[in-house]
Amino acid sequence: MSTSAAPPAGAALPSFRRDPDGTHPRLLSPDYVSTRLRAPLRAPIDLPQRLTELTGPVLGEGLVYEDDADLTRGYSQGPAGQRILVSGRLLDGDGRPIPRSLVEIWQANAAGRYRHDRDTWQAPLDPNFDGMGRTLTDDEGRYIFTTIKPGAYPWRNHHNAWRPAHIHFSVFGRSFTQRLVTQMYFPDDPLLAHDPIVSAVPAAARDRMIAAFSLEDTQPDWALAFSFDIVLRGRAATPFETEEAAP
Amino acid sequence: MTASSLLSTPAQTVGPYLSIGLTWEYGEYVVSEGRAGAFWIRGRLLDGAGDPVPDGLVETWQADQDGEFGHADPRSASAGEGFRGFGRSLTGPDGAYGIHTLKPGRVSDGEGGLQAPHLDVSVFARGLLHRVVTRIYFADESAANGPDPVLAALPDEAARSTLIAQPDGAGGYTHDIRLQGDHETVFFAV
Repeated sequence: MSTSAAPPAGAALPSFRRDPDGTHPRLLSPDYVSTRLRAPLRAPIDLPQRLTELTGPVLGEGLVYEDDADLTRGYSQGPAGQRILVSGRLLDGDGRPIPRSLVEIWQANAAGRYRHDRDTWQAPLDPNFDGMGRTLTDDEGRYIFTTIKPGAYPWRNHHNAWRPAHIHFSVFGRSFTQRLVTQMYFPDDPLLAHDPIVSAVPAAARDRMIAAFSLEDTQPDWALAFSFDIVLRGRAATPFETEEAAP
Repeated sequence: MTASSLLSTPAQTVGPYLSIGLTWEYGEYVVSEGRAGAFWIRGRLLDGAGDPVPDGLVETWQADQDGEFGHADPRSASAGEGFRGFGRSLTGPDGAYGIHTLKPGRVSDGEGGLQAPHLDVSVFARGLLHRVVTRIYFADESAANGPDPVLAALPDEAARSTLIAQPDGAGGYTHDIRLQGDHETVFFAV
């Protein structure tokens, strides 16, 4: 095994400030029953951000094709449901766009059914919809998907439990440290107030997961538009500053 | 915080149907089959009852064999032909994952020393409201593991042992990840 004793080129890479309390859901959120046996119970150990944490994969080549951003294509007829455009920007916490970065989405069909072996809800599969999309952000960090509005669906978490309509988003940002998976919800959905996965997020942060309807981006005689920006952690003031001093 | 600072988007679980969106052909291959020095790291993702987690995802990120990320661009993984640096493996019905990779070289610790060979790992699953972060080290690197600053900062040997993959006798390694319980894997706040 060879080693690298020379100072790494990346020694001046920016590190990333931690999100303040009140940003992310508590891992153990017992109202979401699946967390009870899966959430780690010990306090996480501080990991100073070094090279492995400050770098990350460049993804896209061979993984993303132009049609992948249009979930309504690829079939002889389009999927059932309300056609929508979902667009926004991938930004860091300082408002910098994150260009050429992979965005992956997946979702249920208009009836609230996923194309998945373990989804046994008695709603129809749509032969014209598989519910998976991918794209790369452009030079300004923008993305846009064409899809259909997913349906709500029941789940077994508690009596009369229904998930609000949502689209899963997976993003990478510029470093291992910025990796994020979230869900995008729709405005004015009455189910949002009753969903333990949404409610696991501190109240003040929940709105950041809800898209905005955009009449401006809505295309006449074609599709309603929703806007959803995704914000990843911003840079710490100085590379290697505070995190290295953590105990 | 600056005047232009924005509040981060909260994390949410990948849910049970993650395979629809997160499956890649050859996702498990950090390097292709047949590459000299390549091996499998295999293990299981287990919950607090010791049961397998069949709807999880293990993602890995690492340096190349020279301990390099090879870049001016911080996102670059171009070091070494055919080396992606990144792997992802959905867990199977038995909670099993597998990553086909090379042992990374030692990476600078930023303070004039070297870290032991390691992979950074993100774990996602139904029931995990945010990814959890851990590392994988190698049992046959004990000389490097000893002074590694991350391992050295852990409270005891039992904690360190949850991060160390063991040789499987067939040229690869075995490494289980336990989300909860007496042998809960060490997870990190980054």
